[in-house]
Amino acid sequence: MTETDLPLALESVTKTFAGPDGPLPVLSGVSLALGAGETLALTGESGSGKSTLLHLAAGLETPDSGAVLIDGADIAALDDAGRAAIRRERLAIVFQQFNLIPSLDVAANVAFQARLAGRHDPDWTARLLERLGLADQARKYPEVLSGGQQQRVAIARALAPRPGLVLADEPTGNLDEDTGDRVLDLMLELVAEANAALLLVTHSSRLAERAGARAHLSHGVLA
Amino acid sequence: MIGASLGALVSHWRRQPGQFATLILGLALATALWTGVQAINAEARSSYAAAANALGGSAEEFVRPGGAFTTEDFVTLRRAGWRVSPVLEGWLPAERGRVRLIGLDPLTAPPGTGAADVAIETPLEFLTGAGQILAAPPTAARLGSGQGAPVVAVDGLAPGLAFADIGIAGRLLGRSGEIDRMVLHPEQVTGLAKPSGLVSGLERQRPATAEDLARLTDSFHLNLTAFGFLSFAVALFIVHGAIGLAFEQRRVVFRTLRTLGLPVRLLVILLLLELLAIAVVAGGLGVGLGYLIAAALLPDVAATLRGLYGATVEGTLTIAPLWWGLGFAIAILGTGVAAAGALWKVARLPLLAPARPRAWARGSATTMRAQLASSAVLGAAALVAGLTGGGLVAGFVLLGALLLAAALALPAILAGVLSLGARFARRPLAEWFWADTRQQLPGLSLALMALLLALSANIGVGTMVSSFRLTFLGWLDQRLAAELYVSAEDARQAAALLDHLDGRVTALPIWGVDADIEGAPGEVYSVADHTTYRETWPLLSALPGGWDRVAAGEAAMINEQLARREGLVPGDEVALPGGALTIAGVYSDYGNPLAQALVSPATFVVRFPDADRTDFGLRVAPEDADALRRALTEEVGIDPGRIVDQEALKAVSRQVFERTFAVTGALNVLTLAVAGFAILTSLLTLANMRLPGLAPVWALGLTRARLAGVELLRAVLLAALTALAALPVGLLLAWVLLAVINVEAFGWRLPMHLFPGQWAALFALSLLAAALAALWPARRLARRPAADLIKVFAHER
Amino acid sequence: MNAKPVLFLALGVVMALSGPARPQGFAGLGQNADGFALPAPDPVFRFPEDHGSHPDFRIEWWYLTANLWDAEGRAYGAQWTLFRNALAPEGGTGWDTPQIWMGHAGLTTETDHYAAERFARGGIGTAGVVAEPFEAWIDDWQMTGPWLSDITVTARGADFAYRLDARSTRPFVPQGAGGYSVKSPDGQASYYYSQPFYEVTGTLTLPQGEVAVTGTAWLDREWSSQPLSEDQTGWDWFALTLPGDEKLMAFRVRREAGADYIVGTWIAADGTPSPFDPGDIAATPLATTDVGGGAVPTTWRLEIPARNLDITVAAVNARAWMDTSISYWEGPVTFEGSHAGYGYLEMTGYE
Ligand SMILES: Nc1ncnc2c1ncn2[C@@H]1O[C@H](COP(=O)(O)OP(=O)(O)OP(=O)(O)O)[C@@H](O)[C@H]1O
Ligand SMILES: [Mg+2]
Repeated sequence: MTETDLPLALESVTKTFAGPDGPLPVLSGVSLALGAGETLALTGESGSGKSTLLHLAAGLETPDSGAVLIDGADIAALDDAGRAAIRRERLAIVFQQFNLIPSLDVAANVAFQARLAGRHDPDWTARLLERLGLADQARKYPEVLSGGQQQRVAIARALAPRPGLVLADEPTGNLDEDTGDRVLDLMLELVAEANAALLLVTHSSRLAERAGARAHLSHGVLA
Repeated sequence: MIGASLGALVSHWRRQPGQFATLILGLALATALWTGVQAINAEARSSYAAAANALGGSAEEFVRPGGAFTTEDFVTLRRAGWRVSPVLEGWLPAERGRVRLIGLDPLTAPPGTGAADVAIETPLEFLTGAGQILAAPPTAARLGSGQGAPVVAVDGLAPGLAFADIGIAGRLLGRSGEIDRMVLHPEQVTGLAKPSGLVSGLERQRPATAEDLARLTDSFHLNLTAFGFLSFAVALFIVHGAIGLAFEQRRVVFRTLRTLGLPVRLLVILLLLELLAIAVVAGGLGVGLGYLIAAALLPDVAATLRGLYGATVEGTLTIAPLWWGLGFAIAILGTGVAAAGALWKVARLPLLAPARPRAWARGSATTMRAQLASSAVLGAAALVAGLTGGGLVAGFVLLGALLLAAALALPAILAGVLSLGARFARRPLAEWFWADTRQQLPGLSLALMALLLALSANIGVGTMVSSFRLTFLGWLDQRLAAELYVSAEDARQAAALLDHLDGRVTALPIWGVDADIEGAPGEVYSVADHTTYRETWPLLSALPGGWDRVAAGEAAMINEQLARREGLVPGDEVALPGGALTIAGVYSDYGNPLAQALVSPATFVVRFPDADRTDFGLRVAPEDADALRRALTEEVGIDPGRIVDQEALKAVSRQVFERTFAVTGALNVLTLAVAGFAILTSLLTLANMRLPGLAPVWALGLTRARLAGVELLRAVLLAALTALAALPVGLLLAWVLLAVINVEAFGWRLPMHLFPGQWAALFALSLLAAALAALWPARRLARRPAADLIKVFAHER
Repeated sequence: MNAKPVLFLALGVVMALSGPARPQGFAGLGQNADGFALPAPDPVFRFPEDHGSHPDFRIEWWYLTANLWDAEGRAYGAQWTLFRNALAPEGGTGWDTPQIWMGHAGLTTETDHYAAERFARGGIGTAGVVAEPFEAWIDDWQMTGPWLSDITVTARGADFAYRLDARSTRPFVPQGAGGYSVKSPDGQASYYYSQPFYEVTGTLTLPQGEVAVTGTAWLDREWSSQPLSEDQTGWDWFALTLPGDEKLMAFRVRREAGADYIVGTWIAADGTPSPFDPGDIAATPLATTDVGGGAVPTTWRLEIPARNLDITVAAVNARAWMDTSISYWEGPVTFEGSHAGYGYLEMTGYE
């Protein structure tokens, strides 16, 4: 497996936003590599650019310079449709909130991406629901679920297509500490089981310790 | 506190300029369509009043039923002390419909006769020589020159009327020395000799008032009013939606304000103030728009009223201050109606209720059930009105209830169809599409209801008009069977004409006279015993040997409107001047508001010896028609303008017909436009709220362009379903219009024809409208920066 | 506003002296005199033909005023006037005949005043004048008799009526210079003769009932074509019966600028006229009454030094306002001073 075939590789990535007082450099030359089965916890102060890095890794945005490679493919070289295909087939994202499609029930939400990617495995999905304690909620709609339940659905959905890369942006940020810990444990366990790479953004060093590796983002560079 | 609170409330509109524009525009449109129609009606009514008061609004008049007075009769009455003033009336040809000429004597005219006051200022010109024709400027413009007397435009005269000295009018109308009626001066000397003893056949009566004219045209105005109301209702849907959303989105603000100590009553008052300000602004805009609409439509309306009812209305609009006031009032009322529910909710808002704009958009199953129940109630009401009610008002109640019932049932029907679609969806995207469409339904349902109303009205009215046109054209062919129609100048020329034809060409006398039938104004025509009538006359029902009985002088044919109005069937008797006759048959007579009877020429001559007998229809082989026309001009000396061929006559009739429905057509298009606008604004409003629903799908790997395509498809699908639902409603509407409203309003019933081509066009049009309305939000979505979508995951919205 | 007054501004010499209020009326109609015959000095009247109408002259009237008393001695006044106004100097028949007629009837009691008005077109028969046997009429109002010295006069309005039989054996009296009456220093003139000697019996019908009356009447016949000068603002006309059955006619034409024009005629009991020149007569208003929108002089001092006449003339009923389309004051008067008697007063141009 060469470096370019890694699930995720960032090479000297820079990203600058237009702020109200002129350009706002957020990332200035960030490089990282994440192999299959590896977990990396990304910490940093609020506003340090963690989410931005994750969005770049997900192909939701493109870098100003440098390269974001997913399974060796440079997302900057792809068009909107190409990036959408990568999101559909190669990776899965769990956000802090609003992960779910309000018009679909839990089962449909969980199966959705897997079916889009053409990799729907009902047994695996059922097992995920089982493992995440969602078996009883399958016919419910997102709006009636609690925050913890919603995040568990989001995790199930992310893992349902067996993606090579899971990106999670403070997946437990909206939950209380106990619930957050339980959800995160489940996620780490299931990611390991699926042999997926995981980039976990968090500002809690307590949570970061559970990951295989840690990186700290500060002033636009990784430490 | 008030200032700060108001600032907090109003700041919402600054952040949501689109919503604000929607609200203002919706309200303005509602006001505009309503006031526009009202302005047209008001203008027509004031014209009727002006016409009725053209002779000073005289309280009484002398007439001689079935005949005219002579100048000597007038002198006899004056010399006996009766203060009467002679009037001779007729029609002058003019552009876009004839003009009623009133010949009067300015010296004896009752006080308040505007034309007399003007005439007397230039007595020499008005009374002598060529004379003068005075008319309001728009009427004068239509009269043009070449009337046989100079036309003088005078401000302030009753529109649609022309005035000349009675001597001049006699010459212009070819009725010198005749007087149609004599109006009485309000101040009379008592103890005079009985007028009926002085002048034979004289009767005293109340002259036609504005109400009489209005009654005749009531059905027409009611039609307009119904349309105005429909448009108003459609536009109120928009307003209701916009206000509801704005209130829902501001719940956080309401809650915060109340937490900070603003009493709920004050909050409601502030909101009322805000709404009032909005209503006033929108009302002003609406009245202005309404004026434009009315000004654009009035010329056609006026032409219709002149052509169909002989009413005297001009196509120029004068604005009454009252009308402005009413415009504002209707805007405020509309706002009140649309906001009542939202305000009530605010008044009862629990302090800790969370803001749930999406929940507002989604609505609830309960709402849908309530709508379905109201729909059932309204449907029952429509049924009751249709079964038991008689009259125009019941007809319109039936229409209104029917339309509203259909509109209220629409969301439930659509929800059913969408669930069905979801059941058959196999692919995830399709599943999501159906599920999401269904969830969006409540947010769009008001707009879709508006579309349903507009489309049904369109199909209904379109079917009615087209059915009418088809029937009318067929009927014209039957009715105008003669190839040439000739109107001789006088009896001498008529004799010369018959002499010339010498039996080689059949001349069918078309002699008519205005006469009372069954005690109401109508017209009696003579009809020759000829195969032309026996074969082609459009009879609806007849006694066996009906034409023979008419020819024998013992029976008459009557038109459908008379038969329906008086409940007459063949075999009954109809009261005519000179005695009742048996009804031999009933024929259709579209486009004529008056009762009509046909009698044999012999009967006609005996009963109406004074009537002109100068008009004839000539049956001639079509290829010989031109030669005959030339011969009549060159050898008999008939003015070419007095010979009309069948085609020309049909063209004129068709023109009148088309004008009659031009307004309906225009209002139809406007209503549809309003519905399109409703969809656009709903989609725009929803577009922002939809981001949380769309962002996850995007994050999961769908391009924005694809999402936009799906959104477009969704709008088109909903419009398509609505259009399909509108079809049966529209057909039902058409049936009500043809079988109930028309019979009540005009006195004739029309067969219903179906026009699938029209439906297809309308269907395509509504899809196009929905697609156009959805295109903008969809484009916005496709071009939306990724950051907007990303934000969804980071902020509470 | 009723527009008929504007039309009848053309009546000119007497009635149209409402003057400057409507100068266009004068100018517009007055200058239309083309084709109309004009009065010339030294006329020779031919009777009965000249009692009939003269359609080639613009304006003409038959103007009767009567001083009447009932059995209790209460005073009454009656007026009957037929005006003819030609739009063009043509007679004829039919609606387009350019002759327009106006009738005024007035009845004055010591407390009340009644007025009525009629309009008619020439040419169709609702109004006209025939010289012999004499008949003048408009609608049902009439002045008829075998000849003009023996007539029956009737008129009625909504609230009054009268019927008067008037007879005179004395001659018609030419006014001015042998019937050529000059109206202003500018020379405008009319043909003018009078019959001031009628003896009258008749019946008045008032809202309270019928009243039998006797008295005297005065008829003026006048026709002309000339408009007045624009600066003439009105006129005051006196027709008085002096002791010894002598009669005095005097009129004052008021002018915007310059002296009023006052002339008149002293008529002997046998009908012999003695015309006065301007300056011979002085007329001075003494008191006014507010009536009809203006202050109207209802008490006058009239002086003719050459005849030793100095009298105070006062209205029988100061409110004798003719509220017709052209409004004016017209009613019976009495006078005392150097002479005592009664008569009629007409004043125009005060509204
Ligand atoms: N679309 C954007 N436009 C402009 N500035 C942006 C945009 N997105 C992010 N930023 C800015 O970039 C910086 C980094 O933001 P980012 O969301 O990556 O921070 P973060 O490390 O995730 O913070 P937190 O821990 O609070 O989530 C911030 O200053 C933010 O304001
Ligand atoms: Mg972040």
